[in-house]
Amino acid sequence: MEAAYWRTPVLAETLLVARKDLRVEWRAKVALGQVAPLALLILVVLAFALDANSSLLELGAGGLYWVAVLYGGTLLIQRSFDVETDDGNMDAFRMSAIGAPSLFLGKSLALFVQIGLLELVLGSGIALLYNVRVTDWVLLFVAAVAGTVAFSVCGVLWGVMSAGLRVRATLLPLLLVPVLAPILLAGSRAFETALGVRADAGWTWASLMFVIAAIHTAIGLGAFGFLLEEG
Amino acid sequence: MSAVVEFEKVVAVAGSFPVLTGLDLRVAQGEVILLRGENGAGKTSFLRSCAGLISVSSGDAHVLGFDMRVDRRAPRRYIGLLGHENNLYRDLWVREHVEFRAAAVGAAESDTDAALLRVGVPKQLWSVPIGSLSAGQRRKVAIASLVVGRPRLWLLDEPHASLDSESRENLDVILAEASQLGATIIFASHESPPTNGIASRVITMGGGRVLEDSGAS
Repeated sequence: MEAAYWRTPVLAETLLVARKDLRVEWRAKVALGQVAPLALLILVVLAFALDANSSLLELGAGGLYWVAVLYGGTLLIQRSFDVETDDGNMDAFRMSAIGAPSLFLGKSLALFVQIGLLELVLGSGIALLYNVRVTDWVLLFVAAVAGTVAFSVCGVLWGVMSAGLRVRATLLPLLLVPVLAPILLAGSRAFETALGVRADAGWTWASLMFVIAAIHTAIGLGAFGFLLEEG
Repeated sequence: MSAVVEFEKVVAVAGSFPVLTGLDLRVAQGEVILLRGENGAGKTSFLRSCAGLISVSSGDAHVLGFDMRVDRRAPRRYIGLLGHENNLYRDLWVREHVEFRAAAVGAAESDTDAALLRVGVPKQLWSVPIGSLSAGQRRKVAIASLVVGRPRLWLLDEPHASLDSESRENLDVILAEASQLGATIIFASHESPPTNGIASRVITMGGGRVLEDSGAS
């Protein structure tokens, strides 16, 4: 039964697309060599901006972390669709025999891995620079996963909408930031609870991110083909 | 022979500009069609309409039996399209790229090697990033990406561009072989003969319609 499940076309196609995207990134080293250092630099700059006030940094660590994720994640999302539009690739993407739901899921999965790795780097940065202490590791992990899934599916959905546009480099962040803002808010609140700086409904905020992810996944599965065609 | 492309009074618009203006054309299976015409004649638009990348505004359009006004995505899995650009992932290695295209259409891994050898990409280039190849080598990789999919309908826009004379002749042989195996080939070219040599029919376009058809009865 399990073997048959792994052979289902959607899963196989999803993994194929994700593997391709990750391989492109591995070869190009943009995520590792440019986006992660830049996001780390943002953490450092924010620390300077707050005058290395340790108590203030500790209080705001959750929010500052998600601001850095928002910035780095937006760059990764943009990069994910730059690859598809370079050298006329959008035609090949549209002509692909791979189903639209698999393209959506595959690109989302690849982004999930990349943003997840970015979060690991940023998490280490926060721990070193902001002197934080985790009080609920499970909530921290679940909130990070929920936020990453939500970022990924929202990014792919909005990325494909702007992919065919000449002004996508500036338009995509403009479209994305308002969409990602609720994830930023929910992630910040959940992290503040996990870091023990706020006695709040951290699990509710984490659940909200899963709901946002589920809604965008449903829309993406249904509409990605249309958006790809008309984008 | 059954019709692979049947366009009747087809009008297509890109933005607000009419790119096909009442095009009538029927292409039978196995034909090798050479499209000729000045810049802006509608050759590329016709090829993209056949691929469903430009929607048909009016008229009847069927490709591989699919009604393009109902579902223009349906025939794509049987079509190989090569435009002016090569549609390549520059950061991937040559073999990785063709392997991905092969896997996407369900071809075997061994088909990748065969396709690369068939179009004349030497083995020492297979593990090289596509971005570091010359224009001609990239064109060959793009052609290999089509060959590996064994399309039933080949739509090629200036396929000989950037290729040296030996590679051009090799491409003609590849297309002739595909045609003998039942594939239909439509290609646009500004090349002088001998490119005409592989074409079983020459169509001259202008203003988004057929001006002259060597196969017209």
